[in-house]
Amino acid sequence: MLDFSILSNNIDAFLEGLKITILCSVIALLSSFILGTMIAVLRMAPVKLLNWLGTFYVEFIRNIPVLVIIFFTYLAGNFGGMTAGTIGLSIYTAAFIAEAIRAGIMSVPKGQMEAARSTGLSYGAAMRLVILPQAIKIVIPSLGNQFINLVKNSSLLAVVAGGDLMYQGDLISAKTYVTFDTYILVALFYLILTIPLSLGVGLLEKRLARSQ
Amino acid sequence: MFKTKNFVKMALVTTMAALFLAGCGGNKDPKGGSKDVLGQIKEEKKIVFGVKHDTRLFGLKNPSTGEVEGFDIDLSKALAEEMFGKDVKPEYVEVTSKTRVGLLNNGKVDAVVATMTITEERKKEVDFTDVYFDAGQSLLVKKGSKIKSIKDLKKGTKVLAVKGSTSTINIREKAPETTVLEFENYAEAFTALKAGKGDALTTDDAILYGMAEEDPSFELVGGTFTDEPYGIAVKKGNKVLVDELNKALKSLKESGKYDEIKNKWIKNSK
Repeated sequence: MLDFSILSNNIDAFLEGLKITILCSVIALLSSFILGTMIAVLRMAPVKLLNWLGTFYVEFIRNIPVLVIIFFTYLAGNFGGMTAGTIGLSIYTAAFIAEAIRAGIMSVPKGQMEAARSTGLSYGAAMRLVILPQAIKIVIPSLGNQFINLVKNSSLLAVVAGGDLMYQGDLISAKTYVTFDTYILVALFYLILTIPLSLGVGLLEKRLARSQ
Repeated sequence: MFKTKNFVKMALVTTMAALFLAGCGGNKDPKGGSKDVLGQIKEEKKIVFGVKHDTRLFGLKNPSTGEVEGFDIDLSKALAEEMFGKDVKPEYVEVTSKTRVGLLNNGKVDAVVATMTITEERKKEVDFTDVYFDAGQSLLVKKGSKIKSIKDLKKGTKVLAVKGSTSTINIREKAPETTVLEFENYAEAFTALKAGKGDALTTDDAILYGMAEEDPSFELVGGTFTDEPYGIAVKKGNKVLVDELNKALKSLKESGKYDEIKNKWIKNSK
């Protein structure tokens, strides 16, 4: 059976790691959602230059491994491991969220924008008040996937001494030499975070479907 | 109604996943005890050494040739030749401080020659040969740094180290107030030091000399504050292999071959 003494002897380290993983995930989730939405709007804007900017961001960022981005934000910026990791994750995840939301915007019928504009709303207001709420609702399942990936990707904080769950797991296994059981416990902690998230997304999806 | 159903589902999935994973922890020692490793090495005509690929002077993969070079490599090559003649081919697998015990225990490597300090804790997990190199832990800092010795590591200073190395345990004991940041390997820790992520890098002096040689704007300060006797590790219970390695090590020392290899790589050692 699993060696639970690893858990009880190192509970402080595990909880500290869990705290940092949650903190990093929540911050990165919010900031990548905001940044990603902005980029999606840029890509759909009726100005060529803005489209290019948006496309450049998405293509540049999503084709680089997230590990490289995190190394870069850590070594180039004046941040600690946790901050640098969170920034790196936000930058990376935003590219995928932008693509998901762009798909959502495209699936909103064109007539919606025309109708909104004809009531006197500016382009920005029409986008914000009419198009985006519908677009985001459509892409909630794929946003959910991105957020679950985000939680798992936060384990990369471990390579820049970010203090997250994975980092604590590395230190515990190095200290005790009980490698396998330590990482099983790490996996369980991640599941505690990701399974509710996954089911929560499903729930939200159903509720939004009903309200339609 | 809706909520309870989902809650039950959530609880069920989590429990199942937990049970599945907990079950995985079961078979800890699938291979059982010690087979005749020595016979197996002779039969397969190869001995697999676990060596570092990122440690200058000891085991470093040369990017231009693709070969791993260093004291640990030359020594293990000489040991293999001493033990088995030209019959058995030495092979090399990369290990890190984090992976080396695991790779020994699951049989992927026969012996670890990777700047590994002999400690009582580790003796419970693996068997060690006699000491093959005497190192000591020290500090590497940027030239002109305020840190002159371990006494200067006070609250608010940051020390960089490598996960799984004894130096992380030592530094927490000897300078309990300093913050220790741990990285995957020496290259990453040194890069972090260069990027100003910490005030000092700590590990064995032999490894630090390699870094100071690579970038002369860094220097070792304060001398050594621990003894780090390096040993060759084999899987627990392989007394025969340990004895053979010790015999070979002794005759390499007597023949002067050991000093020849040592002087080739480590010029600054005590």
